[in-house]
Amino acid sequence: MRKAVNDINRCVACGVCAGECPREAISIYKGCYAVIDTAKCVGCGICQRACPAGSVKVEEV
Amino acid sequence: MASRKRKHWYDYLWIWTIIYFALGFFNILFAWLGMIDFILPLIFAIAGGNKWFCNHMCGRGQLFMVLGRSLKCSRRKQAPSWISSKWFRYGFLTFFMTMFGTMIFQTYLVFSGAGSLRKVIKLFWTFKVPWKWAYNGSILPDWVAQFGFGFYSLMLTSTLIGLIVMAIYKERTWCSFCPMGTMTQGICKIKARRG
Repeated sequence: MRKAVNDINRCVACGVCAGECPREAISIYKGCYAVIDTAKCVGCGICQRACPAGSVKVEEV
Repeated sequence: MASRKRKHWYDYLWIWTIIYFALGFFNILFAWLGMIDFILPLIFAIAGGNKWFCNHMCGRGQLFMVLGRSLKCSRRKQAPSWISSKWFRYGFLTFFMTMFGTMIFQTYLVFSGAGSLRKVIKLFWTFKVPWKWAYNGSILPDWVAQFGFGFYSLMLTSTLIGLIVMAIYKERTWCSFCPMGTMTQGICKIKARRG
C-alpha cells in the first residue's frame, strides 16, 4: 500500500497538504506538523506535489 | 479535486492581499491595515496554539495558489532543501525582525523630530522607489505616515520574494520560510511541549 508519510522535522505546518487532500485525511497537529490519517489516505500524491517544504512523500508502507 | 470542496468566506482572502496593496498605492496610511496580518497569526498561535491563520486565512498564501496554480505562473518544482531548513528559516526570521526593528527605529526618529518623513518605498531593503503621491499630509503626525511607508515596503518586499519563489519553485514556497510561519510554528511547538 502506498501512503503519504510526513517528515515532522521538515514540516512547516503551513497546511497546504491538508487543504489539497481530496480525502480530508490530513490535519495540522497543534500547529506543529501535518498528521496523515493512513486509514483515509489513498496515496494519490496530491499532497506530495503541493508540499513546499518537500516533507510529505508517498511511500510504500 | 480541491475545488470540489465547499468554499468558505475565508477562501477568498487572496482578494484582501490585492486590495491591501492597491489601497497603499493611493494612501500610505492604509499600510497600517497590514498589522492585522501580523497580529492575527500571533493571537491564533499564543491563545489557540494552532496555525489556523496560515492553514486557512493567509491571503498571501492563497494569492500564490491562485497565481501559481489557477493562472499557471508557477513551475511547480521542488525548491532546494536548504530553503526549508531550520537554520535558513530561523536565520531569515532573525534578519526580518532586525529589518522590522530598523523600520521601527526610523519611525522613532521621525517621532522624536531627529528625522524627517521620507516618502519612499524601499524594495529588498535596498532600492528606493519614490512614493510621493500616496501621502499629502493629514491630521495625523508624520511618524504615522513614516511607519506606513516602512511597513508597506516590508509587505511589498516579502510579497515580491514570495512571487519570485512561487514562479521558480512550488506555489507556496514562501510558506516554507515565511517569518510569520516560523514564528507561529515555534510558539505552537513550545506550547505543545508544555502540554
